[in-house]
Amino acid sequence: MVRQVVVPLVVIGGLGGVGYLLFPDDLAFLTRLISITLLVLSLDLVVGYCGIATLGHAALYGVSAYVAGNVCLIGRSDPLTLLAVGALAGAVVGLVSGAIVARFRGLPQLVLSIAIGQLVGALSNKLSSLTGGSDGLSGITPGRVFGVFSFDMFGRTGYAFSLAVLAVVFVLLSRLVASPFGLICRGIRDDNLRARMIGAAVYPRLIAMYGISGAVAGIGGALTAINTGVVGLDSVSFERSAEGLVMLVLGGAGSLWGALFGAIIFQVFEHLVSAANPFHWMTLVGLLLIAIVLFAPRGLGPAATALWRRARGGER
Amino acid sequence: MTRALLQLHDVSRSFGGLKVNSEVSFTLAEGDRVALIGPNGAGKTTLVNVITGDLSPSEGRITFDGHDITRLSIPARVRAGLVRSFQITRLFTGLTVAENVALAVMQRKGLTWRMFAGATFTSGVREEWRQVLDLLGIGHLAGRPVTELAYGQQRLVDLAIGLALNPKVLILDEPAAGVPHDEAPKILDAIARLPAEIAVLMIEHDMDLVFKFAKRVLVLAGGRLIFEGDAASVTADDNVRRAYLGSYADGRRRA
Amino acid sequence: MNAALSIVLDAVSYGMVLFTISIGLSIMMGLMRVVNLAHGAFAMIGGYFASYALKQLGLSYPFAIVVAVLGTIVISAPLELLLYRRIYRGASELTQLLLTIGVTFVIIGLANYAFGPTSKPIPLPASLSGPFDLGFRMMPTHRLFVIACGLTTALLLWLLIDRTDFGVRLRAAVDNGGMAEALGIRTQVIYSLTFAIAVGLGALGGVVGAELLPIEPFYALRYMVTFLVVVSVGGAGSILGALSASLLLGLADTTGKYLAPEFGEFFFYLAVIVIVFLFPNGLLGRAQ
Repeated sequence: MVRQVVVPLVVIGGLGGVGYLLFPDDLAFLTRLISITLLVLSLDLVVGYCGIATLGHAALYGVSAYVAGNVCLIGRSDPLTLLAVGALAGAVVGLVSGAIVARFRGLPQLVLSIAIGQLVGALSNKLSSLTGGSDGLSGITPGRVFGVFSFDMFGRTGYAFSLAVLAVVFVLLSRLVASPFGLICRGIRDDNLRARMIGAAVYPRLIAMYGISGAVAGIGGALTAINTGVVGLDSVSFERSAEGLVMLVLGGAGSLWGALFGAIIFQVFEHLVSAANPFHWMTLVGLLLIAIVLFAPRGLGPAATALWRRARGGER
Repeated sequence: MTRALLQLHDVSRSFGGLKVNSEVSFTLAEGDRVALIGPNGAGKTTLVNVITGDLSPSEGRITFDGHDITRLSIPARVRAGLVRSFQITRLFTGLTVAENVALAVMQRKGLTWRMFAGATFTSGVREEWRQVLDLLGIGHLAGRPVTELAYGQQRLVDLAIGLALNPKVLILDEPAAGVPHDEAPKILDAIARLPAEIAVLMIEHDMDLVFKFAKRVLVLAGGRLIFEGDAASVTADDNVRRAYLGSYADGRRRA
Repeated sequence: MNAALSIVLDAVSYGMVLFTISIGLSIMMGLMRVVNLAHGAFAMIGGYFASYALKQLGLSYPFAIVVAVLGTIVISAPLELLLYRRIYRGASELTQLLLTIGVTFVIIGLANYAFGPTSKPIPLPASLSGPFDLGFRMMPTHRLFVIACGLTTALLLWLLIDRTDFGVRLRAAVDNGGMAEALGIRTQVIYSLTFAIAVGLGALGGVVGAELLPIEPFYALRYMVTFLVVVSVGGAGSILGALSASLLLGLADTTGKYLAPEFGEFFFYLAVIVIVFLFPNGLLGRAQ
């Protein structure tokens, strides 16, 4: 109970404070970081906790951003409403994606996930009345949070709001992954046949998890629309999906903390390095991926804990 | 008259032109202890896969507790009470021993759709897996990841999962296979202590085990059931000898 | 009628480019079971080699192709040795995915560093540029060349796999690696040779298809998934499968772009979803 509620609140709050101290003039970067972190958390649910290989997850995130953006543009600008709308849109896209992607395993699953992502991307480009096409959706101005806090130019309201949302979502997800549902999904990940042979129908549960994952990604997407005021085609791009996967693997899939720290660490480094030269950044990421696969296949999180344990064991 | 639980009615299974099971019929009733034996390639594993739903029969019907389950999915059969253990142990490798068994308990109780409740250590669940693990003598391993266990211990966990599902019919696929000699007694012990009212079908090669365990023996050879009777008479049966020993059986008798 | 013919001809040439590049990946995936997202990067490297050979070294087109193919194989060899060998036939899809994405990113970064971000043209020789008179209509000579290349590749590969000693060993290694080893077939050598052939074919496709798929650093990312998807739809390891998939998807894509250009690759990927749903192992693939 403590572990699932208090620790996340304290840690995320603490990280939020640190972030504010380190980047006081760049809160926009931090709020974007939080949105993407939600995407990575949502990806962890299906990749790390269910064992599904997907390169099309950005669809869940981007579509929700577009939907939230449109809803705001037609007048419903209450931020919490927009979050709910985003979550709902994400859940719907998640359920549909899940029904397609979780139907098979291995290579067909991967290819279907890619195809869905690309399909949504192409559709987003085409439906420019809803998405603004390649110019993107802009002019999204959210209303006041609780009718009190307006989104100021410096991004303080946005930052605090996003931080709170992240904390709440993380706590809920902590409960989810420790629940019977979370455990059966991990079982399904470990051995699909064994799960069926204890009487669990696999396909419906995977679809359900995809729906939940979609809701989380949708919240992230809505946040991005709210905070930046724009939604572009990059939010449904293959690059977004691939990037999310890299961040997840960096921190360690199958652990919420791994997803969180992977996303944070990656984005901080990206912020610092890629401004200089995006291609050098790309090379670095590539090398990092290769290194992880070869030396720390379960992510830096587990690798670090293993090293830590070995170091402590050595002292005794 | 004990209640019939599992019945096979002329079950056949072919792969392309090869008929691996031919018109197999038998009944398992409450309390049965039956061994299924036969030379390699006789079709035992295929038959078990057909019974559990991993494969569908090419012909024939299967009924369970009066209901036709021939087209029923694997999870549905398990929920009805038809449970199997695997020849090569299959466990949830990312989980602990307790979690493995707890999952079976929760699944049986219909709890695995709950998304915000506690899992392994909630009351109602905790007592059950502790009881099963203690019954099999591995209660002390509860917190260990299953990947850290010795093979014999993993087999016991596999069995524990099966028991936690409260089966009516339990199919054990070579339960002692691959288990080091010193660990085998534990497994045999566990099998001896299985609840009396469930029907147990054991596929085995080890004849000692068959004699210790089985009240009835089914012999499968060339895809057909060539013998059904008690353990004592199985070795004397001509058909069985011929199946196992081939021409040697006739040769010895002539000599 | 004229429009339909144009569509078909364009579709077939696009399909043939897809085929020439993807067939190497198909064979590699069929044999070594590697999900290789870096295949497009190798095609791109081939394109860069050819461009360099033609413009900086002043070589003729055929020579440039040879340089491209050999150069790419040479560059890929250490990658095969150090990296790919670790993920053959056993590593999970996710692992293979991540490693090959990593390789692709590195190649993109290096390509930009070496050649800059603009696209590199691969000028066609006079014999291949300009229109060709088919009798009933004119067609760009290059398109015909591409189609001829694709068909020749298919034929030669078929001969290689079906009619040569190497092909027999290859097929044995695909069917049952352990057994092949036991029979004295050195599967690692087969893997390495197959890798080289795959990469070489990719490079060839990259050069030959440069008119349709321009060579620039993001080529590897832009088409990262395209070739994988083509192979999956056709069924890994099947030449006929790769050919059918390439043509089918080429047709879906080209028709879509003619009739509803704002939809982009929507129809390509819609076709992919439908086909994979109906044939999860590809049109002509076998279950793994």
